[in-house]
Amino acid sequence: MSTALPPGLPAPAQEPVAKPYWDGTRAGKLVIQRCKGCGAHQWGPEWVCHRCHSFDLGWEEVAPRGRIWSWQRPHHPVHPALNGHGPYTIVLVELPEAGNVRMVGNLICEPTAPVEIGAEVEAVFEPHDDAEPPYTLVQWRVKG
Amino acid sequence: MSERTLRGKVAIAGIGETAYYKHGQSPDAEFKLALQAIIAACRDAGIDPKEVDGFASYGNDRSEAVRLAAALGIKELRFSNMHWGGGGGGVAASVANAAAAVHSGMANCVIAFRSLAQGQFARYGRGAAVAAAVGDDAFLFPYGLMSPAQRFAMKITRFMTEHGIRHEALRSIAMASYHHAQNNPRAVMYGRPLTQEKYDASRWIVEPFHRLFDCCQENDGAGAVIVVPADRAKDLPHKPTYLLGTAQGGHHRSAAPVHNAPDYGSAHFPTVARNMWAMAKLGPHDVDVVQAYENFTGGVLLSLVEHGFVDPTTANEFLVLENLLAPTGRMPMNTSGGNLAECYMHGLEMVNEAVRQLRGTANNQVPDAEVVAVLGGPMVTPVSSLVLGTEATL
Ligand SMILES: [Zn+2]
Repeated sequence: MSTALPPGLPAPAQEPVAKPYWDGTRAGKLVIQRCKGCGAHQWGPEWVCHRCHSFDLGWEEVAPRGRIWSWQRPHHPVHPALNGHGPYTIVLVELPEAGNVRMVGNLICEPTAPVEIGAEVEAVFEPHDDAEPPYTLVQWRVKG
Repeated sequence: MSERTLRGKVAIAGIGETAYYKHGQSPDAEFKLALQAIIAACRDAGIDPKEVDGFASYGNDRSEAVRLAAALGIKELRFSNMHWGGGGGGVAASVANAAAAVHSGMANCVIAFRSLAQGQFARYGRGAAVAAAVGDDAFLFPYGLMSPAQRFAMKITRFMTEHGIRHEALRSIAMASYHHAQNNPRAVMYGRPLTQEKYDASRWIVEPFHRLFDCCQENDGAGAVIVVPADRAKDLPHKPTYLLGTAQGGHHRSAAPVHNAPDYGSAHFPTVARNMWAMAKLGPHDVDVVQAYENFTGGVLLSLVEHGFVDPTTANEFLVLENLLAPTGRMPMNTSGGNLAECYMHGLEMVNEAVRQLRGTANNQVPDAEVVAVLGGPMVTPVSSLVLGTEATL
């Protein structure tokens, strides 16, 4: 399958604090932190629960859907891999079914497509199987 | 218990800066620029640089206090301080930290400064060349979100969309800075005016609210101020400029990872502005001139709103060019040209301009200015702001 952006951008370093998330995306699942002490969802990954200070943070699969909280469409290439590529769309997606945490990804759309705050979107898992180590990004598309 | 405050306790006795250059064009090394600005501030204050006993900076300034102290032959270093956070979020905090050191007796004469030579070192506008992104960046870089403009763009989109504020409001902010720079020979954009047509025709950096002229330049140079106890300032050559109020920090979880700050469409000033006004015993209506740090014009809007200068419901009507110009606008702003058009000295140039306005020596002087607010770099966290005033405001 094609990717939202051209190859050559930095890969995510799949650090220990975030490993269950990256393992989840490889399996096509959206898995985020959920505190075993108070039940709060938390994103991005952190070592402590910001609400109750428990270090016992579990991980839970959440519904791979949300709504657009905000967006941007960069034109200026910020990395050599983007030279000559043209505009692309980044969205901040709120997950109402997971404590309203927010995630950043690309919106899969034409570079001139209107983007609407509040629009419902669903996750698209984008594997990078040839990377070493392989990883999967979470992209978004407007629900049809 | 006596009131814990810095109001009226310290003064800025001297200001200094180097020539300002386009990025990469300084003939001098960054450290030399820092020295030049510091010596200029001392000369302005009539103080021997060897009497300086402290340094405060921000934005991970590379000109370290101990190296400065050695180079300047300073007899005794009593205070060295680096404020966390990138960019200009800490510009007012550096002055505040210098002030706290002076008022507490830890030091007597402290320099707050910023030095930048981006030809010698890396620029900000492009992402770092890394193979694998770590920390928050792991969830941002692979999606092509790497530069400061991009880091802040979605805050601005959210706020502007929510409140129906038009891009024209941001254009006025950009044009005010350029307008003032045309009367300021120090300004990098001196002789390069910005018209409405030129702004509207400029290329997109990031849709929907960052055209080229909404974004700050990157520059080389250095700026410095010298902070002393209020009593001492009275005996020095210039009319003292007193610190009336200052605050730094961020509101609830403003640095929550991966764009999860609960109050997202924010410059992160709500608590900082409240605390600053409380210390100053003043409010936005008392201010004669505003210096509002522009990293991006959208951030200026958020900053003005959170400090109470602009009501989002009337922002479209209020943020028109004539309201922002010295000497007669309702809210003269960025009167030296600011980061956009004087120099991107991470806001230190705005502290210097605030002092000039209060001395009555600014290029675009606002008549009888008594109170000037300096709003530090918005949308980063921690942020910081300060209010300065003349003796009449004490
Ligand atoms: Zn908890």
